Amino acid sequence: MQTKRMTFNHRYLPYLLLAPQVVVTLIFFVWPASQALYQSLLRQDVFGFKTEFVWFDNFTRLFADDQYLQALKVTLTFSLGTTLLSMSVALLFAVLVNRLIRSRDVYTTFLVWPYAVAPAIAGILWWFIFNPTLGILPYALDMLGYQWNHRANGNHAMLLVIIAAAWKQISYNFLFFLAGLQSIPQSLIEAAAIDGAKPFKRFWTIVFPLLSPVTFFLLVVNVVYAMFDTFGVIHATTEGGPAQATNILVYKVFRDGFIGMNLGSSAAQSVILMAIVVLLTVIQFRYIERKVNY
Amino acid sequence: MVENNSWSRFMTHCILILGVALVVFPVYLAVIASTHEAGTFLSGTLPLLPGSQGLENYKQVLFEGRSRAGTPPLHTMLWNSFVMAMTITIGKLLVSLLSAFAIVYFRFPFRMFFFWVIFLTLMLPVEVRIVPTFQVVADLGMLNSFAGLSIPLIASATATFLFRQFFMTIPEEMLEAARVDGAGPLKFFKDILLPLSITNIAALFVIMFIYGWNQYLWPLLITTDPEYYTIVMGIQRMVTGADAEPLWHLVMATVVLAALPPILVILFMQRLFVKGLTETEK
Repeated sequence: MQTKRMTFNHRYLPYLLLAPQVVVTLIFFVWPASQALYQSLLRQDVFGFKTEFVWFDNFTRLFADDQYLQALKVTLTFSLGTTLLSMSVALLFAVLVNRLIRSRDVYTTFLVWPYAVAPAIAGILWWFIFNPTLGILPYALDMLGYQWNHRANGNHAMLLVIIAAAWKQISYNFLFFLAGLQSIPQSLIEAAAIDGAKPFKRFWTIVFPLLSPVTFFLLVVNVVYAMFDTFGVIHATTEGGPAQATNILVYKVFRDGFIGMNLGSSAAQSVILMAIVVLLTVIQFRYIERKVNY
Repeated sequence: MVENNSWSRFMTHCILILGVALVVFPVYLAVIASTHEAGTFLSGTLPLLPGSQGLENYKQVLFEGRSRAGTPPLHTMLWNSFVMAMTITIGKLLVSLLSAFAIVYFRFPFRMFFFWVIFLTLMLPVEVRIVPTFQVVADLGMLNSFAGLSIPLIASATATFLFRQFFMTIPEEMLEAARVDGAGPLKFFKDILLPLSITNIAALFVIMFIYGWNQYLWPLLITTDPEYYTIVMGIQRMVTGADAEPLWHLVMATVVLAALPPILVILFMQRLFVKGLTETEK
């Protein structure tokens, strides 16, 4: 890695400058992570008197545990649902806004602010809208003859948290798609129009392929978001229920560790999550070159 | 050449207005709900127009709180959130400016090692090491304190990388000129690097303030004393705290107050926000 051609010479100053960051990282990131690694190989009895070294038993138990496999499945559904919903809506908005000139900034302003809403608050907002007794949407659905109840129906609850999580993320995707669209040379689109390509054809054969770096980048970012930043959405609303239907991995780690006090299993789950983050980070840095040219 | 007739423009506006309405709807509803009295919610569906209880509701949540549910008045929570967000933001900026400076402008043993240690923070979000991090903070006696709320979150790989990249684009001649004039490293940092990075600092400030304000899991873990509740996590206590249906008019007033500061930050500093957002992600 490069430095400047000319640098300062100082024996201890650089270490002093790095110290705050490195100390915080070591104490609050590296040490707990290594503790998690270590604890994932241990098992405590119920009263915490005896701790036993069990090698990879926690992991084999996890993968034999129906609840964990269920949580994996739930996480997959939830991340894919959130990612697809929020990215497709954002792409639609970006394409439309990109066609306008004078009103572009007005629409952008209206579309970016949900980014500022915390996931937990987004969850509560939609929880309220979908509230079976006084919410607007169940009322409307009832008139159509459909009973909505996310307290009893797992699919309803899943749909609710997906909508809440995706709603908040639309702004982010929108901004990146818009920047991506603006970097596509207008001449390409005009050339295709001269050749007689209609708008839809132009979008699918020219614009969308040229957007693919942005799309791929957003795909990774959204999956990371859905897997790790949506704890608040779940915790403030469904709390993993009904019947584990929205129990995503991150929420399960929290519940098994803090409420269930099952430290070994919780630590093993943490280790698996770490592996997932590492994998996603590697994908992000290895395969995504500078995604947009601003 | 490319179709641009008034019909297609009209359709574009129609869909966008509908879309914006859908995006704004949840927050509109929250604002409306916060202006009604408790009785309105018992009668079935929620009205779509504002009620008359707005001022009283906000006054109640801000200054009285709800002793029954064990939540303090909101002004304490708002203050806690503000202190936490500001400490995290300033801490992150300071810490990452200093480390980027060290990495770019010095050559010293183990430079790469430190770089990778900083990089590690990216791979270890709080969510994946919940229990052991809690144990560390508890062992250090930092539960229920502002130090515990903010210090563990101030390491930042993204900010460090951003500043590193920015410092690399600063012409070599700056340093040469500064050294000819006899400036030491700290003077160079304070009088040349800081003023040059001011736009980047401002852009990151916006992003990190929102990040800090919206922290949820972390305050949930390490605060048990209502004195230190932050507003974003405090709401959850109001919704799920009691067995009965929550007092929606007060919950929604709280929601509005909790979401307002970061939304205002984005609306007033939109340009900086967009810059910060697009540059921190690589």
